[in-house]
Amino acid sequence: MNRYKKVFMRKEKALVPFTVIGDPDYQTSLEIVKTIIRAGADVLELGFAFSDPLADGPTIQAADIRALSRNINTDKNFGFIKEIRKFDDKIPIGLLVYSNLVYQRGINNFYKDAKKAGVDSVLIADLPIEEASEYILAGRKNNVDTVFIVSPLTSDKRLAKIAQKVRGFVYVVARLGVTGARADVKTDTLQLLKRIRPQTSLPLCAGFGISKPDHVKSVLKAGADGAIVGSAVVKIIEKNLNNKKNMMYEISKFVAEMKRATTD
Amino acid sequence: MKTRFGKYGGVFVPETLVPAVEELTLAFGRYKNDKKFNAEFQRLLREYVGRATPLSFADRLSKKLGCKVYLKREDLAHTGAHKINNALGQALLAKKMGKKRIIAETGAGQHGVATATACAKLGLQCEIYMGTVDIERQKLNVFRMKLLGAKVNPVETGSKTLKDAINEALRDWTTNVKTTHYLLGSVLGPSPYPEIVAHFQSVIGKEARKQILEIEGRLPDAVIACVGGGSNAIGIFREFVKDKKVKLIGVEAGGFGIKSGKHAARFADKKLGRLGIFQGTFTYVLQDRYGQIYNTHSVSAGLDYSAVGPEHAYLRELKRAEYYYATDKECLDAFKILSHEEGIIPALESAHAVGYLISNAKRFKKRLVIVNLSGRGDKDVVEAARVMGMKI
Repeated sequence: MNRYKKVFMRKEKALVPFTVIGDPDYQTSLEIVKTIIRAGADVLELGFAFSDPLADGPTIQAADIRALSRNINTDKNFGFIKEIRKFDDKIPIGLLVYSNLVYQRGINNFYKDAKKAGVDSVLIADLPIEEASEYILAGRKNNVDTVFIVSPLTSDKRLAKIAQKVRGFVYVVARLGVTGARADVKTDTLQLLKRIRPQTSLPLCAGFGISKPDHVKSVLKAGADGAIVGSAVVKIIEKNLNNKKNMMYEISKFVAEMKRATTD
Repeated sequence: MKTRFGKYGGVFVPETLVPAVEELTLAFGRYKNDKKFNAEFQRLLREYVGRATPLSFADRLSKKLGCKVYLKREDLAHTGAHKINNALGQALLAKKMGKKRIIAETGAGQHGVATATACAKLGLQCEIYMGTVDIERQKLNVFRMKLLGAKVNPVETGSKTLKDAINEALRDWTTNVKTTHYLLGSVLGPSPYPEIVAHFQSVIGKEARKQILEIEGRLPDAVIACVGGGSNAIGIFREFVKDKKVKLIGVEAGGFGIKSGKHAARFADKKLGRLGIFQGTFTYVLQDRYGQIYNTHSVSAGLDYSAVGPEHAYLRELKRAEYYYATDKECLDAFKILSHEEGIIPALESAHAVGYLISNAKRFKKRLVIVNLSGRGDKDVVEAARVMGMKI
């Protein structure tokens, strides 16, 4: 049975923290991911740094720039995941990447290398289903799930199309805009979760703007099976660049607190 | 509507932008052949922009080079460059779509000024994204935009130039799609932009073809234009594509030369310029082997961009257009020569097209050539003086 199925068949809902591989540097990033796992993450969402991350907000772009300034690249990213897999072979790992990084490796090679490294799914931020056929084919061929995003503006007709292509889980945008920690989670999410639910039996994970335990509770209560926490973790890294010990302490505390919110 | 030019182009956008792109595609499809819309657009081009722009015989330059050179005078369009054609077209389209707020990116500032102008004229709210490096070298245009009522948002991310301004504009659009139209300034980005911009710029070539037939009684041997994203080039090329004997020549920014790695020559640099996906489109992009986008260099802010419009990639593949480059030095020499010989100070962007012609005059001996003079150089005099080591 694949790793996603194992996690989502439990009664408990999932916490999905995100971080950029290599932020702020390779070794610290390894430690961060291990800390996140120890603190109770159910699924990992890992980003490959890209020079022009147009779907992301300033927090994640800054993380990308930190990682790139230490010469992170696709080879090292896959090596990183192999190291994480030695540490934990059970936790599902999803990638968040931009299409050019996949294209430059050769689409099939990318998915093949992802599988070899221990990746469970790939989400490409700037690849709508209309452009995705080759990528989906490579995913199927290499047994890597293809995750797609749905947003409050996605029509029902489009939801149905996406539901046919998506594998692993559905990434549900909790609000409009780029990624980033926001003060509240909008009611749009509730409606979107209701609209997508009849279209698919896959788990629904809500992301974008989830930064507090209350946000986790509200999206899970609205019907999501998991809550994706991105910029909030990256912000802790950013604030503690000069104090690694405190960085790990804060990340651990934050992830544990967010995880508790999934079991309330 | 088709989203590709051959294999180039496409719609590589986040899911959150798909509905906006679809809405724009529908609206463009509906209005591009709408009689009332076109009458209004044509009236604005005539009465407000001052079209048709002249086709001027450059007699002294011609004598110097030994060929017959005509200049398509987009520098004489209102606001000083061809950018106004597209800005007015899209602003009018946005108004029809019921959008009240316009955002745009700008590099040299010409597209920002054109957009701010169109918004002032049509009563739309306007915000311009501009990299802080470009703000520094184009202060005059920043002031003009503000004077025209636009808000200028400085972009501090990445290389702080045009590509970063586009990232920010796309982010703004993602967040505010319901109220906002993103007025993209070149034949770049996700479909339908490359087609929309080419459509509104095609007036340049339509006029030029008619004018050269009137004056010379024949078609030119070559049409030369500078290529950043490539909107002025597509604007003049399209009308001549069917005239197989007319050579279409695009000139990229060669910066300090190809070997230096500091340039914006996507086609000329075989190592860094490769097929890839950047800011919504599949085309030639300057990048490293992993796909990270390279920062470009050019003396002209308007050509300083990592990707080339997908239609250019297609014309090149079809061998219908040829692409070369002019270095910063060739550009600055042309900037001086055209000022001296013809009394026309060209934009540094347009000076690349002139620079290529001057350096390759032998190839055009006794030929009839049109150079698209896409903009005037008033905005560049401070920067040009600095680069030439002169104090103002």
